[in-house]
Amino acid sequence: MAREIAYLDAIREALREEMRRDPQVFVLGEDVGAYGGAFGITKGLQEEFGEYRCLDMPISESCIIGVSVGASLRGFRPVAEMQFGDFITCGFDQIVNQAATLRYRYGGRVACPIVVRAPVGGNVAGGLYHSQNPESWFVHRPGLKVVAPSTAWDAKGLLKAAIRDNNPVIYLEHKYLYRRAKGPVPEGDEIVPIGQAAVRREGSDITLVTYGAMVMASLDAAERLSKEGVEVEVIDLRTLSPWDKGAVLASLEKTSRLVVVHEDVKTLGLGAEISATVMEERFEHLDAPVMRVTYPDSHCPFSAVLERENLPNADKIADALRTLAAY
Amino acid sequence: MASIKRFKFKLTTEQLLEMLYWLKLIRAFDERLSVLVRQGRVRSGVYSSIGQEAIIVGSCFGLEKDDYICPLHRDLGSFLMKGVSPGVMMAQMYAKATGLSKGRDSALHSGVPELGIFGNTSMLGANTPVAAGIALTFKLEQRRNVVLAYFGEGAANTGDVHEAMNVAAVHKLPVVFICENNIYAYSVPIEKSMAIEDVADRAEAYGFDGVSINGNDVLAVYQAAQGAIARARSGEGPTLIECKTYRWHGHSEHDPAFYRTDEELAMWKSRDPLTTFTTYLRHRQMLSDEILLEIDQRVVKEIDEAVAFAESSPDPDPSEAATDMLA
Repeated sequence: MAREIAYLDAIREALREEMRRDPQVFVLGEDVGAYGGAFGITKGLQEEFGEYRCLDMPISESCIIGVSVGASLRGFRPVAEMQFGDFITCGFDQIVNQAATLRYRYGGRVACPIVVRAPVGGNVAGGLYHSQNPESWFVHRPGLKVVAPSTAWDAKGLLKAAIRDNNPVIYLEHKYLYRRAKGPVPEGDEIVPIGQAAVRREGSDITLVTYGAMVMASLDAAERLSKEGVEVEVIDLRTLSPWDKGAVLASLEKTSRLVVVHEDVKTLGLGAEISATVMEERFEHLDAPVMRVTYPDSHCPFSAVLERENLPNADKIADALRTLAAY
Repeated sequence: MASIKRFKFKLTTEQLLEMLYWLKLIRAFDERLSVLVRQGRVRSGVYSSIGQEAIIVGSCFGLEKDDYICPLHRDLGSFLMKGVSPGVMMAQMYAKATGLSKGRDSALHSGVPELGIFGNTSMLGANTPVAAGIALTFKLEQRRNVVLAYFGEGAANTGDVHEAMNVAAVHKLPVVFICENNIYAYSVPIEKSMAIEDVADRAEAYGFDGVSINGNDVLAVYQAAQGAIARARSGEGPTLIECKTYRWHGHSEHDPAFYRTDEELAMWKSRDPLTTFTTYLRHRQMLSDEILLEIDQRVVKEIDEAVAFAESSPDPDPSEAATDMLA
């Protein structure tokens, strides 16, 4: 049975259910214990599972991830919380050099089942170091999986999938969605498989590929275009690595027009990769150049005026869709 | 708390001779590698431990099967002592399909979970948070096992080593931190990288005991290690053992090590851990010419067989260059 709950509560529910299901699952991070995490996601977990299964760690991101790798080598399934996605840089080496290469350099004899949860994204008055979108760094690194849920349903289902996955999974939860993405969430053990996109809106004229907080804005823009006679198919990638090429190409074959929307900066963002893939594999299907609506190659400013300027939104997406439709 | 420098221990003649065997095997392995790399038969990745062998032999001797080691790049001997055959180790150096990483990476970048061996990356010190993670699982499972985490005086200055020691102290994790202080971090002498003489002094700041010992005395290392291991097994937490030593070769076999004087090298060669220990055994009438010859012959035979195994092993299959990326 599904009830309406918030994205943030769905994350907690996934953690609690997985910790109850599997004693090898534990949570570690800064302020995750009695305090319940900076966003309250781990609230109640220490109370239920004890100090060591919901472990407060010092401000030592590298160690939080390194400890997770060590624990995974002994059959545990740690879920590390980065207080903000921006802070993941302090643990970068342990993710990209330690966790990502472990299986390869062990000749395939081990797995590294860790999850690194990272609250990402802007539009929350975060400024330079509480608003970033780090997905491309990790999508660019083989040996990792990267997921980015946009709904409460997926927040729960993808976290369960990530915890059960035998690879390091970077789980990007968007802070703007924590309370705004409220929706139906199954009570049972519903898994959202890693690697499968979801079609959020069907349409035959343009394929719009997006993820995370940009799904909402994209759906808004698609509704506006519908009133203008253009039907946009909105694909929510949900998993960024490996991204669902099949779903994107199948939609493109129907629409022949593609726009990629992401909150991450433009240069070498997911849009670049998707565009290049389409060029290589479906060039003959394209009736127009692939477009991108993204953050500019800029940092995330604190001022609301400046941030609004940088963030993609429904207006900017609708403009791009109109250009694409008229091409 | 009694100093672990005075930890009481007893070793039989047989055990002492076994220590001598390990010292000699590790020396012979590194000496052979030094030749093989000059002959171009081993491509690179040779970081000699010649001159430092007493640290590995003294600390790994008597470890239990489920105890874990997290060695540094120079500690090839620890893999042998923990149960990897010289042949497989040589194949690893030759980048053969029969090596631990199936040719994906050289040296100690691969591990063997079932033997309690963690293989680190090239990021020195990055093994210590992993060691803390493994130790955390021993604590969670209420096992009496320990983790030995090795790092050089160079890596002592990394954030990872700081973070790991701090976390291990907070949770009294069963880790023995072993600093192999060979004076040079590649070319930079210790006085140019830290303003203290003894790395062991840092332990007090984390809240545990640190001792500085003669790292070229295998029995001094054994005594300190056994003391620290006993402490860790009984839940008293980590210890830092700083082993003062010297590497006879350059940082890698490609390094001519012109940054140090001949006199300095000669002085340290006069403190050769093998000669010292041999003399000790001779004085105590534990080592006859016959036994010495027997050990030497056994060592040569094992190294010859290891080289033969590596040379007759197949190269990795090109089809495996990009496999084992994900589980």
